[in-house]
Amino acid sequence: MSARNRELLALIPVAVLITAGFTAVFIVQSNQIGDLSLTYGAYFLAVCVATHMVIRIRLPHADPYLFPLVALLAAFGLVILFRIDESLAVKQASLFVVGLALFVLTITLLRDYEVLERYRYVIALTGIVLLILPRFPLIGEQVNGAYLGIDLGPISFQPAEAAKICVVIFLASYLREHREVLVVGARRVLGLILPPLKHFGPLLVVWGAAMLMLIVIRDLGSSLMFFGAFLAVLYVATSRISFVLIGVVMFVIGAWVLSSTVGHVGDRVDIWLDPFGRGAPEGAGQITQSLYAQADGGLFGRGLGSSLLELPGPFAPECAQPFPDCGSLLPAPHTDFIYAVIVNELGLFGAVAVVITYILIAERGFKTAVLARDGFGKLLAAGLTAVFALQAFVILGGVVRVIPLTGVTLPFVSYGGSSIVANMVLLALLLVISDRARRPEPARRRAPDLEPREAPA
Amino acid sequence: MNASIIRLYALLLALFATVVGFTSYWAIFDADELRERPDNRRSLIEAQKVPRGTITTVDGTEVAVSVPQGSGDQRIFVRDYPGGELFGHPVGYSFVEFGSSEIERSENDVLIGRDNEFVSIIEQLEGQVDEGSDLTVTLDAEAQQIAQDGIESAISVPETGGALVAIEPDTGAVRAMVSEPGYDPNLVPDQFKQLNRDEGSTPLVNRATQSTYPPGSTMKVVTATAALDSGEFETSTTLNADSGIDVSGVPLANAGGEDFGTISMTDALTNSVNTYWAQVGEQLGPETMVSYMERFGFYEDPPLNFPTDELTPSGVINADRDLVRDGFDVGRVAIGQGGAEGQLLATPIQMAMVASAVANGGELMEPTLLQEVIDPDGRTTDELDPDVQSTVMSEDTAAEVAEMMTNVAEEGTASGLSVAGATLAGKTGTAELDIEAGINQAWFIGFAPADDPQIAVAATIERCQGCFGGDTAGPIATDVMGSLLGE
Repeated sequence: MSARNRELLALIPVAVLITAGFTAVFIVQSNQIGDLSLTYGAYFLAVCVATHMVIRIRLPHADPYLFPLVALLAAFGLVILFRIDESLAVKQASLFVVGLALFVLTITLLRDYEVLERYRYVIALTGIVLLILPRFPLIGEQVNGAYLGIDLGPISFQPAEAAKICVVIFLASYLREHREVLVVGARRVLGLILPPLKHFGPLLVVWGAAMLMLIVIRDLGSSLMFFGAFLAVLYVATSRISFVLIGVVMFVIGAWVLSSTVGHVGDRVDIWLDPFGRGAPEGAGQITQSLYAQADGGLFGRGLGSSLLELPGPFAPECAQPFPDCGSLLPAPHTDFIYAVIVNELGLFGAVAVVITYILIAERGFKTAVLARDGFGKLLAAGLTAVFALQAFVILGGVVRVIPLTGVTLPFVSYGGSSIVANMVLLALLLVISDRARRPEPARRRAPDLEPREAPA
Repeated sequence: MNASIIRLYALLLALFATVVGFTSYWAIFDADELRERPDNRRSLIEAQKVPRGTITTVDGTEVAVSVPQGSGDQRIFVRDYPGGELFGHPVGYSFVEFGSSEIERSENDVLIGRDNEFVSIIEQLEGQVDEGSDLTVTLDAEAQQIAQDGIESAISVPETGGALVAIEPDTGAVRAMVSEPGYDPNLVPDQFKQLNRDEGSTPLVNRATQSTYPPGSTMKVVTATAALDSGEFETSTTLNADSGIDVSGVPLANAGGEDFGTISMTDALTNSVNTYWAQVGEQLGPETMVSYMERFGFYEDPPLNFPTDELTPSGVINADRDLVRDGFDVGRVAIGQGGAEGQLLATPIQMAMVASAVANGGELMEPTLLQEVIDPDGRTTDELDPDVQSTVMSEDTAAEVAEMMTNVAEEGTASGLSVAGATLAGKTGTAELDIEAGINQAWFIGFAPADDPQIAVAATIERCQGCFGGDTAGPIATDVMGSLLGE
């Protein structure tokens, strides 16, 4: 079967799943099976098939599993959002369509991804401006002490979502050019292999930028995601584990200094270390409620729509905002803690299904990187996959208390337009790289720099 | 570069595996702990949306019922406790704002109908609403009332209390459990802060399961068991029991400085002769003593169906409040006291378990408050199923110890006590807490009828002035026994 037919076929179970999910929520919430869930399922399938047709025309050789896997995550998200609040699901569905439109736009306009290399400094600058935008007066928006969003009246978005793509493009391009000298010029100092200072300078700048970002946007999770992506690309480019270790040590030092100086970052760390303690800072209730929701889920969960989320009348606090922004037992169930809702309602089984979907996307992404025939494509695919997977890990890890909780979104699942749109563009780039990598090419003489030799271990 | 990409993938796999691992931990392995946390209001709120099961005693007295408030979607159910203070301990309370305690907390899943996950999945598929099961507890209302009145009138010093536990030896069923001063669970919503803040009389603390006291001479029952069952002593073994013998380098006196000369073990228990039992303890050594204490259930939480943080283990406790198994003054521990290296402290329920094990021919049954669980359809889904906690001693040893305890009640320190229509076996205890002020801890443990034990009791009064186990704690215990046997 051709790659495209496999993709089309894989979309069918996703559509069935979302229909079944909607039906389950319907039954629990209104005790009836309407044909509305069938209609929603049909809409979803139609939009996905339409997108599939564009892929079929533009990227016939691209990886057949990436798009259905992303559709699966989106389906998961839509069902859970529908269960939390119907209007949220409707908004998210339209954002999903906007995301698909941008996806189509990207694969249509970007005929050749090498064009990105040419504009790498412009792209890098764009990324940095995007990152510091939330600190600008008037448009900047502070949520829980972190500066992640900007508010432009009718629309507000999180520029970090777009910035991560810019940063990865720049890193992939820069390191494609300089990887040789970083490796060859490396010298051993006190048992550590250090890169030549001249070429390491720009990388120090990246570290500095990550630290500065930590100070500017004050969000440990975003910095972790950005710096992690940087180290991932650096490692793939140089195969030098020592570079990564130096980076990790530098990041930990920076993060430690910051957490002891910036109050709200330090609070997050304290809450992470001991959320149940008597002296836990305000906000510890978020993570404890997350853990309680998971404990309530058990192996199979309480069933879609059957967990306790909206507080009944006598227990609800005085609310200025509608549910789920207020009056929810588990705070932010549609954004930060959507994974806790999944564990609560679908149990460990449902949660593992979500995690496995991310793992499979990562697998397809890295496979694309392995198959890519040029250095830039390899680094770009690996970097994009890494930043995507790290984003998922940072928020999942925060919700299950592996790391301190921060405010990044769960890609394609949690509510929020910036995240879904940006990650659709990320998916588009991966598929563009994949299409070229998997395109059967007539045997031709290989250019020497296309298959770079492995650095000596 | 490909090798690095694969290694990077492996690293991310490891990260995601950690997420799955942590999810499993919270959702499965640590779930019970998390559900039981006092600040976890989840099950309480859910419970208020469905009627919580009724709690009744085995004799049919209603202890806790759910009363509807409001109507429609806003309808909730609120707990009412018709018995008031009588069952404040050990049934506890359950209110959304203030959490829950004791049986209301430990049996919460049963009371809100979540005791069987498989059934609840089927019911969910059938579209049924959860409903709580009814719970029958093993308590007897009359015995509970007698115990409460008795302890209340025995308390003479302000800010002190007392406790009583009565156990059916062959089933482990707890027939009475009283802790005074108590509280009325109906008043918890209005007076929670006052009740919780009252550090003098601590009404919310269940003294029967949480408070530990020096057990005094009641411990000699444990020492006698260890001595006889280990084969190192017989009831006829004689020792010199004059006052002033050396125990761990410090002379020990009998009550009133009395010299008993050379006496048998039976006489030594009858007259509660400290010097005799201290020598027994020293000859047995800490290892044997501790191993018998462990058989009786010391050194661990009693396996009662109670929240674990509302149970306290008994044993030898050092200055750091850690349980210790050696290095203590074993002679003084054998008579229910201790020294600087470790003080023997026991909960009332632990001492009731000691009496119960002897009464049941050496087999200690797990104590329980659960008689029966009846689901909303009227089916019995769970009932008291006696479990052996441990075989403490041989049947012969149990018979010998029971015989000696019968002597105590006939002609010894408990000779002033009796149970109507039954022979009594018992042991008094009077632990001196402040010799100058005459402040003692009064104890009585025993069972009846001695030849066919039906009920075993431990009663204690905290820090009473000029009191003795036989005079103060004993009559309360025998009144409770009489009530339970007279049914």
